[in-house]
Amino acid sequence: MFQNVGEMALLFWRAILALPVAWRQRHKVFEQFFEIGNASLLMVCLLSFFIGAVIALQTGPVLVERSLSSAVGGVVGMAICRELAPVMMSILIAGRIGSAMAAEIGSMRVYQEIDALRTMNINPVHYLVVPRLVSIAVALPLLVVFAILVGWLGGATVCFSNNQIAIPIQTFYANLRDVVEIKDVANGVFKSFIFAIVVAVVSCHQGLTTRGGPRGIGRSVTKAVVNSIVMIVILDYILTRVLLGT
Amino acid sequence: MQPGAPLLRLEKICKDYAPVEGGAAVPVLREVDLELRAGQSLAIMGPSGSGKSTLLQIIGTLDRPSSGAVWLNGRDLAQLSLDQLAAVRSTEIGFVFQAHYLLPQCTVWENVLVPSLAFPQGARGVEERASSLLRRVGLGERLHHHPGQLSGGERQRVAVARALINRPSLLLADEPTGSLDFAAAQSLVQLLLELNHEEKVTLVVATHSRELAARLEETRVLRDGRLTSSPTGA
Ligand SMILES: Nc1ncnc2c1ncn2[C@@H]1O[C@H](COP(=O)(O)OP(=O)(O)OP(=O)(O)O)[C@@H](O)[C@H]1O
Ligand SMILES: [Mg+2]
Repeated sequence: MFQNVGEMALLFWRAILALPVAWRQRHKVFEQFFEIGNASLLMVCLLSFFIGAVIALQTGPVLVERSLSSAVGGVVGMAICRELAPVMMSILIAGRIGSAMAAEIGSMRVYQEIDALRTMNINPVHYLVVPRLVSIAVALPLLVVFAILVGWLGGATVCFSNNQIAIPIQTFYANLRDVVEIKDVANGVFKSFIFAIVVAVVSCHQGLTTRGGPRGIGRSVTKAVVNSIVMIVILDYILTRVLLGT
Repeated sequence: MQPGAPLLRLEKICKDYAPVEGGAAVPVLREVDLELRAGQSLAIMGPSGSGKSTLLQIIGTLDRPSSGAVWLNGRDLAQLSLDQLAAVRSTEIGFVFQAHYLLPQCTVWENVLVPSLAFPQGARGVEERASSLLRRVGLGERLHHHPGQLSGGERQRVAVARALINRPSLLLADEPTGSLDFAAAQSLVQLLLELNHEEKVTLVVATHSRELAARLEETRVLRDGRLTSSPTGA
C-alpha cells in the first residue's frame, strides 16, 4: 500500500517533468479529451440533474415547513457546487475513464507493447501517461462546471414543480445568487482538478504495474476504480478543510 | 573485448517475481548459464510459462535478474545506470515481439527510423539504411504505406527491419511467428536466418515451434527454471 503511494508519487513527478512533451503529443491529448467528453457528457447531465433534484427534494420540504423557503436555493446551490458536483463527477470519471485507462495500459503491459516502446527508446510515461493526465485534468473541471449548472437546474425544477416546496424559479435563483459566490464555484472546480490528477495517476499506475496475464488486467481495472474513489473521498475531506481555512 | 570472448554470457541467472496477491513467490529462472558467440543462432524452447520471455527480457536489459550476472560485449550490465542500459538496449540489441507494435500514425519507413531518433549523431546514412533494410525484407515498394495497409507477415517484416536499424550485435525474437500462418512464418524464419548471416547479428529466438528451432544452429530447452541442451526437444 505505502509502496504503491510512493510509486504513484514518483510516476506523478515524472509526468510533471515530462509535461513539455504534451505539446508535441497534442493530437493524442485532443483525442483523449474528446473521448472523455463523448463518453461522459450525457451521463454527467443525467447524473447532475437528478442529484440537484434529489437534494432539493430532501431539503426543500424541511426548510419550507420551518418557513425558511427563501433559503432553499442557497442550500441546494451550495451543496451542488462545493461538494456534490465535483465528487460525484470525479467518481463517475473514475469509473468511466479511469477504468478504460487502466485496461488500455494494462493490456499494453501484458502483451509486451510497453516493452516494445522501451526498445524503441519511447518513454512510456511521455507517450502514454502525459497525454492522459493532461486531457483529464482539463476535461474534468469543464465537466464539473457543466454539472453544476445542470444540477442547479435540476434543483430549481423540483422546487418549482413539487407541491410541498412550490418555490418560484425566480426566488430560487435569487437566493442562490445571494448565497453562492464565484469563489464557491471555483472551490468545487479546483477540487475536481485535483481529483482528475488522482484518477489519472492511480489508473495509469495500475495499468503500468499490471501483471499475471489477461486476468491481471481485470484486477488492475478494479483496483484503479476502487483506489481512485477511496482517495477522492479522503482527499475531499482534507481539501475541504484546507479550502474552508478552518 | 578480447578476441574469442563471448558476445553474451549469463552467469547463474535467477529470477523470481514478487507474489501476486498473497501467493508464494515463484522462482521462474534458477541458475541459468549461457554463452553465445558473435554470429551464432540459438532457439529457446519450453512449455508456456517456463520463463522464455522472462529470460529474453533479462538478456535484453528490459528487466534485471534477481541474482546472477549478464555480460554483454564484455560489460557487466548490473554495473550500468538506467540511462546507460537504455543506450545499450537501443544500440546493441534489437527486438522482435509476437505482435509488431508499429506506430499506426507513422509510415512504414518512419516506423523503421523511430529507434534511431534518440541518436542525432548517428543520423548520417540512417535514412538510406532504413530504405535498404526495407528493400531487403521485400518491402521496397511500400515505404510510404501505413502499417494498416500491410498484411500481418509484412508488418512483422517491418518490425524486423526496425530492430536492425541501429546495427545491433544481438537480435532477440520472442515468438516472432506466433501470430503468423505457416507460409508467412516460414518466410520470416528464412529472413531472420539470412540476416543472421549477412548482418553478422547473433540471433536468439524463443519459440514453441520445433520446426523453427530446428533451422537454427542450436536449441536449448527451459524446464523447471533450468536451461538444458536437450537435443530431443520439449
Ligand atoms: N511481471 C510478472 N510478475 C509476476 N509473475 C510474472 C511476471 N512476468 C511473468 N511472470 C510469471 O513468470 C512465469 C514465466 O513467464 P514467461 O512469460 O517468461 O513465460 P514464457 O515461457 O514466455 O511463456 P509463453 O510461452 O506462454 O510466452 C509465468 O508463470 C508468469 O506467470
Ligand atoms: Mg512468452
